Amino acid sequence: MSSAPHRCPAGLRSDFAVLRTEFPALHQLVHGKPLAYLDNAASSQAPNAVHDAVAVQARLNHSNVHRGVHVLSERSTAAFEGARAKVRRFINAAATEEVIFTRGTTESINLVAASLGRQRLRAGDEVLITWMEHHSNIVPWQLICEQTGARLRVAPIHDDGSLDVAAFEALLGERTKIVAVTHVSNALGTVNPVASLVAAAHRAGAVVLVDGAQAVPHLRVDVQALDCDFYAFSGHKMFGPTGIGVLYGKRALLAAMPPYQGGGDMILTVSFERSTYNALPYKFEAGTPNITGAVGLGAAVDYLESIDFDAAAAHEHALLEYATQRLVSDVPGARVIGTAEPKTGVLSFVIDGVHPHDLGTIVDHEGVAIRTGHHCAMPIMERYGIPATARASFAFYNNRADVDRLIVGLKRAVEIFRG
Amino acid sequence: MDDVQELYRQVILDHNRNPRNFGEIGDATRVVSAVNPLCGDKLTLYVKLDHGTVRDISFKGSGCAISVASSSLMTERVKGATVPDALRLFDQVHDLLTGEHEHEHAADLDKLAALGGVRDYPSRVKCASLAWHALKAAVTEKDDTVTTE
Repeated sequence: MSSAPHRCPAGLRSDFAVLRTEFPALHQLVHGKPLAYLDNAASSQAPNAVHDAVAVQARLNHSNVHRGVHVLSERSTAAFEGARAKVRRFINAAATEEVIFTRGTTESINLVAASLGRQRLRAGDEVLITWMEHHSNIVPWQLICEQTGARLRVAPIHDDGSLDVAAFEALLGERTKIVAVTHVSNALGTVNPVASLVAAAHRAGAVVLVDGAQAVPHLRVDVQALDCDFYAFSGHKMFGPTGIGVLYGKRALLAAMPPYQGGGDMILTVSFERSTYNALPYKFEAGTPNITGAVGLGAAVDYLESIDFDAAAAHEHALLEYATQRLVSDVPGARVIGTAEPKTGVLSFVIDGVHPHDLGTIVDHEGVAIRTGHHCAMPIMERYGIPATARASFAFYNNRADVDRLIVGLKRAVEIFRG
Repeated sequence: MDDVQELYRQVILDHNRNPRNFGEIGDATRVVSAVNPLCGDKLTLYVKLDHGTVRDISFKGSGCAISVASSSLMTERVKGATVPDALRLFDQVHDLLTGEHEHEHAADLDKLAALGGVRDYPSRVKCASLAWHALKAAVTEKDDTVTTE
C-alpha cells in the first residue's frame, strides 16, 4: 500500500466484481430476491476486513486505552492510535493531533459549533451555510446563534442543485465569522467547489468547516489542499462501523478552543478549584472512546487505500449515468432532482402519482434498498416544492444488475398505482 | 403473504387517488396539525364538533398513499359519529394496525379493514395511524399538534 496523497495506481484494486464478494451483507435474499443495496449515502456496507478487525479488537484486545500498563491496554492503545495515524494519512492532515475521534459527523459539527461558536460569536456576527446542508450542518449553528445572538445566513442554490457561488460570495462580509458548507450534498449529490469557497471565506476572515460525510467515501480528500479549518466525516458512510467519526481541525485553532465535554482522558490535573486540560487531540475526547469503532474505521481506511479511487469514482459515475438514463426512458413520469455537474453517485427522483414512501416499500419487495423521505434536508425539499424524494445512491460495489432491479421495482410501483 | 398488493389494496389506491373530504371546512371548531417526521407526511384535520357529534370533518396535506387513504377512510367513516363512537373506532383501528385483537373487530371495521395490510410493514404503521391520532386529539380537545414520534 502506498501513502497518501500522491499514489501510483499500480497495485491498487479496481476489480469491482471481486471487491463486491468481500461485503457479506450484499449476498443475501430480501423478500426472496437478491439484495440490491442502493442506500449507500445513508450508510454503506462494510467489507470482511472491517468486520474482522472489529471482531479481533472486541474479542481479544478489549480493554481501555491510554491508562493500563497491561498488555491488552497497550494493544488497544496501539490499535486506537494506529487508526488515528491511518486517518491522518488518508485525509493528509499535517499531524495526528489534528484528528479527533467523535461519534460521527453530527458530533464533529456540534463540537465546533459549541466550542468555537461560543468563543468567537457575538451578537450581530454571522454564520454562513448553504441551502443544501444536512440538518446536522444547520441545527448546531441555529443553536449557537440563539445562544450568542449571531445570525444564520443561507446561500441559495440554482435549479440544477449547484451552489449559487456569486450569492455565496456576496453574503461573505466582515460580520461572517464562521462558514459551514457541505463538500457533497447528501440529497442531490452535488459536489461543491470547496477549495475556492474556502479561499473566499478566508479572504473575508471567516473560519470554515466542511461537512465531508458524503465526500470521503467517493473523492480523494486532502484537507491541506482544501485549506479548510475543520473537516467532519463519519465511519459508517465510508465502509466502516457506526458510532465513530472524525473531526479534523487545524492545530492552532483546536489548541485555542475551549473543551467541548469534560471528563476522563481530556484532563492533565483535576482539583476542585481548577482542572488543566490534556494536549490535542485528547482535550476533545472526554471519556472512554469508541475503541472498536476507531479500529474498524482504521481498517476501512486501509481497505479504501487498497482501491483505485479514480477507477471507483468512474465506476460509480457510469452507474449513475446508466441509472439516470434508464429511469428517464423506462419509468413513466420520473423526474430527477439535482442535475448539477459534478455529482457523486446520488440519484434523487420523484415519480408522478406515486409518493416516494410508497416507492420505497414497493422496490423493497423487489429486494432493492433505497432511501425515501426528506433525507434530513427539509429546506432542499422545500426549495424544489416537494415533500420528499426517492434516492438511490451508489458505491463501488454496486453494478448494473442492481440498477436493473431498481428499474423493475419502480415499474412495478407505477403499474400498481396506475392500474 | 409476501405480496405488496396486500398493502396496496384497491380501496387504498382508490382513496389515495380520489381522497374523500379533502379540503378545508370553514366552520371547523377544531383544527389539528399532524406530522410524521420520519417521512415528512403532513396533515391538517378540520373537525366541526356539535353537541358531542362530529358534524363535519375534512383534511388537507401531503403524504404517501397509506397516509392519504387512511385520512380519507377515517373522515368518511367518522362523519356524523358521536365522540365516544369515534374514540371506540380509534381503539379498534389501533388494534388492527398493530395486529392486536384483530378478530374481535373485523366485522365492524368494514372498509377500514383494508388498512390492516400495514401490520406486516412496521415502518408504515405510523403512516396509517397519523390521521387517527389527529382525530383523537381533535375530539378530545387536548392537543393542537400531533406527531408520530
